[in-house]
Amino acid sequence: MGEQKNVGIVIVSHSAKVAEGAADMVRQMVGDSVPLAAVGGNADGGLGTDVGAIMGAIDKAWSESGVAILVDLGGAETNSEMAVEMMPEERRERIVICNAPLVEGAVMAATEASGGSPLDAVRATAEELMAN
Amino acid sequence: MDQAFKRRLIVAMADAIIAHAEELTELDSAIGDGDHGLNMKRGFEAVLADADTISVKPLPDALKAVGMALVMKVGGASGPLYGTLAMGLGKALPVEPTAANAAAALGRAIEDVKARGKSEAGQKTMLDVLIPVQVAFAAGGDDLATRLPAIAAEAADATVPMKAIRGRASFLGERSIGHMDPGARSSSLLVQAICSVFNEA
Repeated sequence: MGEQKNVGIVIVSHSAKVAEGAADMVRQMVGDSVPLAAVGGNADGGLGTDVGAIMGAIDKAWSESGVAILVDLGGAETNSEMAVEMMPEERRERIVICNAPLVEGAVMAATEASGGSPLDAVRATAEELMAN
Repeated sequence: MDQAFKRRLIVAMADAIIAHAEELTELDSAIGDGDHGLNMKRGFEAVLADADTISVKPLPDALKAVGMALVMKVGGASGPLYGTLAMGLGKALPVEPTAANAAAALGRAIEDVKARGKSEAGQKTMLDVLIPVQVAFAAGGDDLATRLPAIAAEAADATVPMKAIRGRASFLGERSIGHMDPGARSSSLLVQAICSVFNEA
């Protein structure tokens, strides 16, 4: 992939279908200009979230500018927080979990990221959705 | 603590969760997403599968390994919560703890769980069992292995009239009242399982 400067986006849902669908909507908006990974489902393929898979998604969407994670419900947030803590220390401070709705947040964050905005701006754009 | 004893603790915890998986799922279906039993069963089956390699480790490392297995396998919020509890105990316990060491370590691990779940006592969670158990454990006295399971069971019953503030059950608001919290029940089962092994010793 070469040097990737735009902030990466990770989508974490309880459902693989929701995660894939949200990723499709992000791609429609920003194409391949933003590193993107989507995960959903537990280790058995049922509804839930999987810490190992989330760590893999962060790796896949990794950018030196950082990664913004969008989550759906509670367990997705708790498991994402756990995954971030288990990442190498030098990466942890460049990973944020956005307090934003999953689909809208992912599309808004990716659009912001595609313009080359830094991580805090990407996060703020997604989180504005909760302020309105 | 020898390898055989650590193995018995693992087997007792896993057996208790696996035997009550349906009950936990029913409790969770009433006020949550209905996956607590299956999730915990998946986690403890993973711990059980590694019981031999985990139980040869020194106690702190064994607890960290149990915690890691739960984090990686459970698949719901209870994975990081119980994983954090086990890893927190592993961090806080010496290799050969006294009862006082263990009670203090449980207190510190409970603080870790509070931070992980952004939760406090009285919010209809596993903390509502763990906290009174830790308080009684720290107070000490005779027959702890007999008294603590009774305290845990009472504390789990006491979550029935509580209103959920955290987790999926909080979406139900007032309707969460009248059901036992599944995480409180699984915590009570684990306290019972651990104490039964100490009672046999």
